[in-house]
Amino acid sequence: MSISPAPTRGPARPAPYVISGILITLGIVVPLLVPTYAHSTPALIGIPFFYWYQMLWVFGDAVILWICYGLITREDQRRRDAVRVGRRAATTDEGAR
Amino acid sequence: MSAVDVARIVLLVIFVGVAVLGFYAAKWRQDHPAGGMRTLDQWGLGSRGFGSWITWFLLGGDLYTAYTFIAVPAAMWSTGAVSGFFAVPYTVVLYPIVFVLMARLWSVSHRHGYVTPADFVGGRYGSKLLSTAVAVTGIVATMPYIALQLVGIKSVLSVLHVGGGSNAFTRDLPLIIAFAVLAAYTYTAGLRAPAVIAVVKDLLIYISIVVAIVYLPAHIGGFGKIFGAAATKMTTVSPATGKPIGSVIPGAATFNAYWTLALGSAMALFMYPHSITGVLATKSRNTIRRNAVVLPVYSLMLGFLALLGYVAIAAGTKPIGLDGKVNPQLVVPQLFLDHFPGWFAGVALAAIAVGALVPAAIMSIAASNLFTRNIYRDLFRPAASPGEELRVSKLVSLIVKLGALLFVITMDQSAAINLQLLGGVWILQTFPAIVAGLYTRVFHRWALFLGWATGIVYGTVAAYNVVNPVTHAHFGGSIAPFPFTHAPVYIAISAFVLNALVSVVFTVVFRALKVPDGRDATTASDYGADENDPRVQASPEPEADLLEHV
Repeated sequence: MSISPAPTRGPARPAPYVISGILITLGIVVPLLVPTYAHSTPALIGIPFFYWYQMLWVFGDAVILWICYGLITREDQRRRDAVRVGRRAATTDEGAR
Repeated sequence: MSAVDVARIVLLVIFVGVAVLGFYAAKWRQDHPAGGMRTLDQWGLGSRGFGSWITWFLLGGDLYTAYTFIAVPAAMWSTGAVSGFFAVPYTVVLYPIVFVLMARLWSVSHRHGYVTPADFVGGRYGSKLLSTAVAVTGIVATMPYIALQLVGIKSVLSVLHVGGGSNAFTRDLPLIIAFAVLAAYTYTAGLRAPAVIAVVKDLLIYISIVVAIVYLPAHIGGFGKIFGAAATKMTTVSPATGKPIGSVIPGAATFNAYWTLALGSAMALFMYPHSITGVLATKSRNTIRRNAVVLPVYSLMLGFLALLGYVAIAAGTKPIGLDGKVNPQLVVPQLFLDHFPGWFAGVALAAIAVGALVPAAIMSIAASNLFTRNIYRDLFRPAASPGEELRVSKLVSLIVKLGALLFVITMDQSAAINLQLLGGVWILQTFPAIVAGLYTRVFHRWALFLGWATGIVYGTVAAYNVVNPVTHAHFGGSIAPFPFTHAPVYIAISAFVLNALVSVVFTVVFRALKVPDGRDATTASDYGADENDPRVQASPEPEADLLEHV
């Protein structure tokens, strides 16, 4: 195999992943808890709770993923920069020697 | 000129416009200096260059198919929430799953040039047995899905009284022409064609639905009246079963069915080859994550569309097919035709019909990529050049469409629907191999294969044993009791649980017996690679024999 063993990212800080993991778990589990919303009241402009509540979760999950996107891409970028800056420093060192 | 005539003309004009766009797409965003397409990447993945906007339209058109637009409201109209509205939580919990999994799949596929999910499985586990199983499952599950797109187009055509009649050839002639044109521009432009068409189709569909949901409820007497009419219909006792025909709010007995349908469908959707094709065609690791944030807008639209099933109940829509029988799938097209001027109904019906062409194109591309890469190349022609792969894939895309067309013309419509239902059960059985593989090599390749086989067999038998209470036909639904319990759940989920259990148990057994593990072509760093990281160059995937290798 000619795969370069060079890591693509530096070590991770757990916080962004843990927070995102919790949010994403909520975003999957809560919309599936059918007993919590299988009732008709309170209705919204004649639409039973069952229907508008589930459609509201479209926005709920969009917001959750938007937050996770911010957290994860920032951490991802930091990890990448850590490796790339390190690699560039290493090559300049060699050049100086 | 009657409203139906006007609608027919609008449909024809839009269809011709879309065909022109489809052929034009071949020249769009060319990346080869001399023009033209020379590799499977260029044809089947749009040169892996789609950014966030195009991907949003492409995946929107890919995931929310015409059949969804037709079948979900039809199910709401027929039996209410459990069989129809679960599509909303399904397409809500879908995106967190996509967000978590698909960036890793993108990275490893980008590094290694994988075109299909079976490419990844083959590279990860060094097992052609397992990658062939994934490829065959993908192809077999996709075929009826393409056929269902034709069923969607057919329902639009029959509302407009296009086709039909006693002559077998002229009856389906409009459908055949539509599909032949689709096949031609997919052949020349590849994935670029559905990407360009998806933009037009989405604009049309959004306009149609926004207008329908603002105008119709007020016109009919408000949502209170609509849900009242739905409740009256659903509580009516069916003479065949002696039970109410459906429910507006699911009762406690159907809670498990409801959430397992939503979760199982969400887990299955991105195992379908056409979804993965959409993901791998993006240009950066983050494109799919950004899309997971904004794609849910389509789910909102799907929710409103589902409600149109109830609107049709209140409006007294009569979905009568050309053969004079009630066909619930005609509910939405008929509703538009009854309540809007001909030209607007034409726009809405065209949106639905074009909405069938987009996924049908992507599905046929995805299925032919699977065939070319994982059956033709892996099993028969390991030395196939990129040009040869491209030629085979283009040809197979035509055969796939022809197969789907023959299927719909010669067989009963319910055969396509049954197979699609089974397809959902089957495709979920590739989840353990693909998803576990994104994170770990703990599972043994043969344990995953045994798990897959168990899930497929159980799921098929369980689905066969569901008998329709009215027609007494097999494959009567997708809900059956979870093994050894009385809790009715989605069969795909039961099969998946068995599959996972078998995979775990046999992994322990095979590791204890020291059965040789396959060679892993990937490294941990591949799963975090982004578009700026170099691709793995000139690395032949490890040779793996179908049955055994050391």
